[in-house]
Amino acid sequence: MLRYALKRVVGAIPTLFLVVALAFLMVRAAPGGPFDSERVLPPEVAANIQRAYHLDESLPQQFLRYLSGVLHGDLGPSFRYSDYSVGELIRASFPLSARLGILALLLALIVGIAAGLVGAIRRDTFTDRVVSAVAMTGVSVPVIVIAPVLVLVFAVQLGWVPAGWSGGRDVARWILPVIALALPQIAFIARITRSSMIDVLESEFIRTARAQGLQTATIIRHHAMKPALLPLLSYLGPAVVGLITGAIVVEKIFGIPGLGYLFVQGAQNRDFTLILGLVILYGTLIVVFNLAVDLLYGVLDPRIRRR
Amino acid sequence: MSWVIALRRIVAPASSNRLIVFSVTMLVAITILAIAGPLLSPHSHFATNLDGRLQLPTLAGWHLFGTDELGRDLFVRTLQGTRVTLLVAIVASAVSFVIGVSYGAIAGFVGGKTDAIMMRIVDVMYALPYIFFVILLMVVFERSLVLVFIAIGAVNWLDMARIVRGQTMSLREKEFVDAARLFGVSRTAIIFRHILPNLLGTVVVYLTLTIPQAILMESFLSFLGLGVQEPDASLGTLVNAGVGQMEQAPWMLLVPATLLALMLFCFNFLGDGLRDLADPRKQK
Repeated sequence: MLRYALKRVVGAIPTLFLVVALAFLMVRAAPGGPFDSERVLPPEVAANIQRAYHLDESLPQQFLRYLSGVLHGDLGPSFRYSDYSVGELIRASFPLSARLGILALLLALIVGIAAGLVGAIRRDTFTDRVVSAVAMTGVSVPVIVIAPVLVLVFAVQLGWVPAGWSGGRDVARWILPVIALALPQIAFIARITRSSMIDVLESEFIRTARAQGLQTATIIRHHAMKPALLPLLSYLGPAVVGLITGAIVVEKIFGIPGLGYLFVQGAQNRDFTLILGLVILYGTLIVVFNLAVDLLYGVLDPRIRRR
Repeated sequence: MSWVIALRRIVAPASSNRLIVFSVTMLVAITILAIAGPLLSPHSHFATNLDGRLQLPTLAGWHLFGTDELGRDLFVRTLQGTRVTLLVAIVASAVSFVIGVSYGAIAGFVGGKTDAIMMRIVDVMYALPYIFFVILLMVVFERSLVLVFIAIGAVNWLDMARIVRGQTMSLREKEFVDAARLFGVSRTAIIFRHILPNLLGTVVVYLTLTIPQAILMESFLSFLGLGVQEPDASLGTLVNAGVGQMEQAPWMLLVPATLLALMLFCFNFLGDGLRDLADPRKQK
């Protein structure tokens, strides 16, 4: 296990480096500098700005400076919000997004697994068809459709919950964003759980358990549950990507001042350092999360370690 | 000839599956409407009319889906947007198809060290969180439709390359390939005439699953204002505009949102249906 873990951890380092390097190069390849504007600056002022942001150094030097900054948790100053550093902006918005993401993931896991299990156990009944049809809809309908339609129906038309972020009370204003973010993931999780549970229930060791006269409930709880839920673990990686990109949409629609909102603002203002910092943060989160999933998989399924 | 046989092997079973037929019919209908619809309407997709803003859908002025906040006709704009969305999906999928199939076929057929290096590159790229690089690309460079095509297509070929490589490796060992080799057929001809036609089924299944992914990514980018730019529209930009007006003019949101969902629904059904047909375990 230790060797497997070490191999995985070492394997993630080049990926992380590549994330930072690619993002940095892409931003530097941008046509025009960040300070090009209509107003022509006196050459001394321009040179001062260049020096303040280290733009007068060579590209490798700039990259090394940025990389060492990233390793120390310093993502540099924001180009547009000149009084703030990128790190400060991110730290201020991170808790909201983290809370939104975690709540949505929990909701998705609970509802998704429950629905998937019901579908698999009552296979080919009316209940199963309903679960499958709803899941198919959830997989197909993107967040950019689900989120605004939920707002239109439950906030604008019915008025049950506040439509925006700033006007609402604390619990009420979380309900719609969390549901909107969780719905597609619920659908994916339900589909995966259902099909993997069906596979497990058809396998030979379950047939043996049945032949021994065990009750269906016992078989599912003690024998089928663990192997059926294992494939979900490898879906957690894509799920987190889905949640992060979904959160960008959800935060924009509901006006939640989290990372996604910051991202959209940064993209519109062409705030290169902010976007660079956020891409690196998102990239690192995903790589680290995938690593954690890999390690957990190694713990739960010994077959993986031998490969 | 081998290509025709291969194609027939897909179409015959698919045409007896009701869901697949329904999805294909729907998609063909949407495509025809998207191409012909704007030509039949008296309005253009960019002409503004400030006296007729946010009109309800009516038959009288031929505003079948109403008008938007600048008085532009939503029927034409939605269909125009559908055209752009379909175009992006098709071109992006074609890009990923060409890169993925040739990359995978070469890696699988040549094998050995070449294969090891090529697949190692794919592994490394797999671990990268792409969507953010696509966004970064759209933020940093001048936004244009061509960039959207390339960005989405260049991202989606990895799965295709892996699948094609695996299939090619098993096909390479088949007797008919040995026979062709024995006749002195060149390596390129073996790949194009004997191996690729046999891959067609898998590739088509995979392609129908790539198209909705491309649509999803395009609508996501356009929704954030990073994809298609005004006065052009795609379904993503229209949904975004609809979100801003949903209290006064809910149809501005509902019309493009429904169409986008419907298209994704049909593509997913089609892909799922074809995959089940190809999977021998699912056949009863």
